[in-house]
Amino acid sequence: MGSNVTESQTATLPEGLQGLTHDWSSDKQAFYVPWGKAMMWFFLLSDTFIFGCFLTSYMNVRMSTRVPWPNPSEVFALSFGGEPIPLILIAIMTFVLITSSGTMALAVNYGYKQDRAKTAALMFVTAAFGAIFVGMQAFEWTKLIVDEGIRPWGNPMGAPQFGASFFMITGFHGLHVSIGVIYLAVVALKVLKGDYEASGNYEIVEITGLYWHFVDLVWVFIFAFFYLW
Amino acid sequence: MASEGHQEHPLSIYLWIWVLLFVISTFSYLVDYIGFEGYLRWSLIIVFMLAKAGLIIAIFMHMIWERLALIYAILAPPLLLSFFIGFMAIEGDYTLLTRLNFFGETNFVAQHHTEEVH
Repeated sequence: MGSNVTESQTATLPEGLQGLTHDWSSDKQAFYVPWGKAMMWFFLLSDTFIFGCFLTSYMNVRMSTRVPWPNPSEVFALSFGGEPIPLILIAIMTFVLITSSGTMALAVNYGYKQDRAKTAALMFVTAAFGAIFVGMQAFEWTKLIVDEGIRPWGNPMGAPQFGASFFMITGFHGLHVSIGVIYLAVVALKVLKGDYEASGNYEIVEITGLYWHFVDLVWVFIFAFFYLW
Repeated sequence: MASEGHQEHPLSIYLWIWVLLFVISTFSYLVDYIGFEGYLRWSLIIVFMLAKAGLIIAIFMHMIWERLALIYAILAPPLLLSFFIGFMAIEGDYTLLTRLNFFGETNFVAQHHTEEVH
């Protein structure tokens, strides 16, 4: 009986390209969230796999090298006139990113309260922290390339794979932060202009927030596996 | 549509999570600063990492307030990565073993950092 029903159903359906658009837009909904939010989640899922591949390949080269891995604690130490403090720049970068995640969460909250000025202001603050993060990363890269002589194919401290992993992983993450800063600034400007005032729908702020929190989330894993391990 | 995914929660919950993230980050930095080694170091790093990641996903990204259909669709696929990681770990071990077999112990001479700091 079941096949009969299916047959009679498909008989009345349009064929070809029209059929394709009909089938794919036939009001079947699995996720009860705005489509933009579902799509952002799926994008972040795919990004998870990209960063997962980077970190896994890093694990693989670090496990398989005969040459000692450079000690990140020393490589990323900074001295402010006195004894070098291990990993201090990375710790500050971590706190900057967490701070920006907090301001972003507050921006989403004020978005739902339809408080235009506060939402935009907090999003600009978030973007500013993101820009500070990228600036510190530029400083870190300069120090490693110019002062320490670290290259993607070798370095004076140990396993040559160190440079390749470092530039690939932090470079790709830095790219995400940079894009996030632009994304945040664009949406914040639109909020400020009152583009969402008429509909009262500030869902876009939460979607932008999802992206920003994800960037922070990836940094949590990079911090743990690349810098602390 | 707008009302379906509505995620409005008291401000205090975000502030608490924010503080908590700061505290946990400080702990994970201290793991390196104090200089824990071996399994203690690795397990502390993993615990703090998972705690931070969990809080960000659950609260900041509102995952605990979503329906199960979305939670599973997003969180289950990355679990497959653990198989991939496992395979790559086995592969890494094998590569190291092969390299040691053919090339012997390391012939790398460090120009500096000969003395151990930790």
